[in-house]
Amino acid sequence: MPQRVYITGIGIVSSIGNDAGAAFTSLVEEKSGIAGITLLDTSLKDKFPLAEVKMTTEELLENVGCGGKKNLTRTALLGMIAAREAIGSAGFDNINEYRTGLISATTVGGMDRSENFYKEFLGDPKKGHLIDIVNHDCGDSTERIADFLGIKGFITTISTACSSSANSIMFGAQLIKAGFIDRVIAGGTDSVTKFTLNGFNTLMILDKNVCRPFDENRAGLTLGEGAAYVVLESEKVVKDQNKKILAELAGYGNANDAYHQTASSPEGTGAFLAMQNALKLSGLKPEEIDYVNVHGTGTQNNDLSEGIALQKIFGEKMPPFSSTKSYTGHTLGAAGAVEAVISVMSINHGILFPNLRFETPMKEISIAPFTKVMRGVEVRNILSNSFGFGGNNSTLIISKTN
Amino acid sequence: MKNENSMLPLYITGLGNISPQKTWDNSHFLDEVTSVETNYLRCQDLNYKEYIAGDMVRRMSRIIKMGVTAGKICLDDAECTMPDAIITGTGLGCIEDTEKFLTNMIRNNEEFLTPTSFIQSTHNTVNAQIALLLKCHNYNFTYVHRGFSFESALLDSFIRINSGESGTILLGGMDEMTLNTFAILQRLGQTKRKPVNNLGLLKDHSRGAIAGEGAAFFLLSANPGAKNYAKIEALDTFYKPDTDKIPAHISAFLERSGKKIDEIDLVIIGMSGDPANDKVYDDVRTHLFREKPQAWFKHLCGEYQTASSFGLWLAAMILKNGQVPETVRLEGVNPGKLRNILIYNHYRNLDHSLMLVSSV
Repeated sequence: MPQRVYITGIGIVSSIGNDAGAAFTSLVEEKSGIAGITLLDTSLKDKFPLAEVKMTTEELLENVGCGGKKNLTRTALLGMIAAREAIGSAGFDNINEYRTGLISATTVGGMDRSENFYKEFLGDPKKGHLIDIVNHDCGDSTERIADFLGIKGFITTISTACSSSANSIMFGAQLIKAGFIDRVIAGGTDSVTKFTLNGFNTLMILDKNVCRPFDENRAGLTLGEGAAYVVLESEKVVKDQNKKILAELAGYGNANDAYHQTASSPEGTGAFLAMQNALKLSGLKPEEIDYVNVHGTGTQNNDLSEGIALQKIFGEKMPPFSSTKSYTGHTLGAAGAVEAVISVMSINHGILFPNLRFETPMKEISIAPFTKVMRGVEVRNILSNSFGFGGNNSTLIISKTN
Repeated sequence: MKNENSMLPLYITGLGNISPQKTWDNSHFLDEVTSVETNYLRCQDLNYKEYIAGDMVRRMSRIIKMGVTAGKICLDDAECTMPDAIITGTGLGCIEDTEKFLTNMIRNNEEFLTPTSFIQSTHNTVNAQIALLLKCHNYNFTYVHRGFSFESALLDSFIRINSGESGTILLGGMDEMTLNTFAILQRLGQTKRKPVNNLGLLKDHSRGAIAGEGAAFFLLSANPGAKNYAKIEALDTFYKPDTDKIPAHISAFLERSGKKIDEIDLVIIGMSGDPANDKVYDDVRTHLFREKPQAWFKHLCGEYQTASSFGLWLAAMILKNGQVPETVRLEGVNPGKLRNILIYNHYRNLDHSLMLVSSV
């Protein structure tokens, strides 16, 4: 029997709440975190909504008790808070008791501070506070989180655009299965920055209103920020400690669309292959999937391509599906982990969270998301999609354990 | 349960290395070496149009051209048309495109921006472009963790080959230097203030390293190929170790890997010419590997987050060619036999790594 990998802890900070409990409440109450921009200092302020974490960077510093350490980036801080919650939730007594790793993902790293640095640096290369640039690289936030939690074991960082943190979880599971480590905190963190907001704006895929994934009249995505982590543990460690299991990571798959640097293929090739690979690894049939947490960004291109791929996988028997980006916005490098955490909540509470604001089904496909909270559902297996630039497509399958 | 000592080795069946040296031609092995007064070793530019279609190459920044081309050279060398996975590591990713978009955004006050540099700033662009060129739908991962970037990609390769999920993997490590990044590194004291001769780097005791860059690719295979450079037997990464515990850590790694110190014929050390960083290697060099033939390479490629990929290229070429080029020898001894090479590198004394490479 291949080694099984269990989820024993979750942590999340996002626009719908500063911890898992708050996020759950927002999800159940159908409260979206998307609103007008209040924190990001940008000239696009009145043009687009955002899903900001409702804490200033100073408040985040306060939260982690690093008030004196002024060199932490918003990305690192969000990661520290969510990862701390995850290990708390998993009930670790001693972080290095077993071979414990940290795999984090990010797409912008310390860009929130690099933007400040460059403002002055561009005028005069002798100017700009170095403290604002030393944490630019993606690895910085991971090392900050590791130091904050006292993790001495294996650490690394993944950046594959919007599938990044689904890939962190996938790599974490592979490391456990290979016997390389016993448990891992895996997920991702991204803060909203002017860089990403402007970048997506140039691609003309930002909705001026709040995003409407999978709607015929969808007009783009809404950017969000946040961090989320799951704690993955090996079967052996779980048994040794008689640990409470939240869910099992039953399958995962990654495939490349190999179609275009940013656009998804019209046939949804990469999406189809990622789902197929994950199903194959889990040994589950499509009809055993009770809910799909779609990538569902709200762009014309993604939702159509993903919809076509879903129809290819599930045929006539499409299970209930929704894009919870209608709550959290698109949290980029954190999205895969944010949605994995939400999926664990669905499994544990038997509640499925809807695709807010959906009104009109898409013409080209015959499937449509549900729009109201579904309670009392027996959720055995959830399939969660995360697709990124560079055709990087990933699927996780999260299952209920007995 | 598996651990390092039961891991199957990875055969290196192809190489593609674009660096400040003439390393892209696998029929030559450091027979000419660049000697230059500098504090930044820049990669030698190839005629990229020979490797990538003209309309594509025009839009590409340097790291994308370097990465895609090195990947292509490597695949051709191994006669591989479709790897089962493409896995790379990069410390800063597509930093030139990142700086370009950031600069335009600030200068134009968030107006009149075009998407190309934003699109290409994504860290997995090189991976994506290679997949696109090959129409390769397989596993595609990019690791971005400072001195663990390349090592993480190699670890992923180990795990995929050992689990049987991949038979062949295109593995790469790459970083590019830009004028802005160099200016920042200068201010941080991470690079030397004044130019020095790269070949005389260790005679200079000023603060900082020579900045560098490169794109080194390896075709890894579960089984020996038509051509085999070497095999990678084991890998370890360790974060922020206590300096005095490093020798014991290395001994434990060798033991887990089933190798005695006597069996290590050459140690390749990641010395960068920065006295503060190089001091970390002292104990290992003078005690653990005393009188052991030692070599180094950062006078040839400079210091960067994925420089260890140049180190792995060097080890593979040494084992294939059966000789240690004069220019990389640290101790005058030329090892009689060359079967096992240990590479020990660290990046800024944060991210330490060990790679054990053997002859086929």
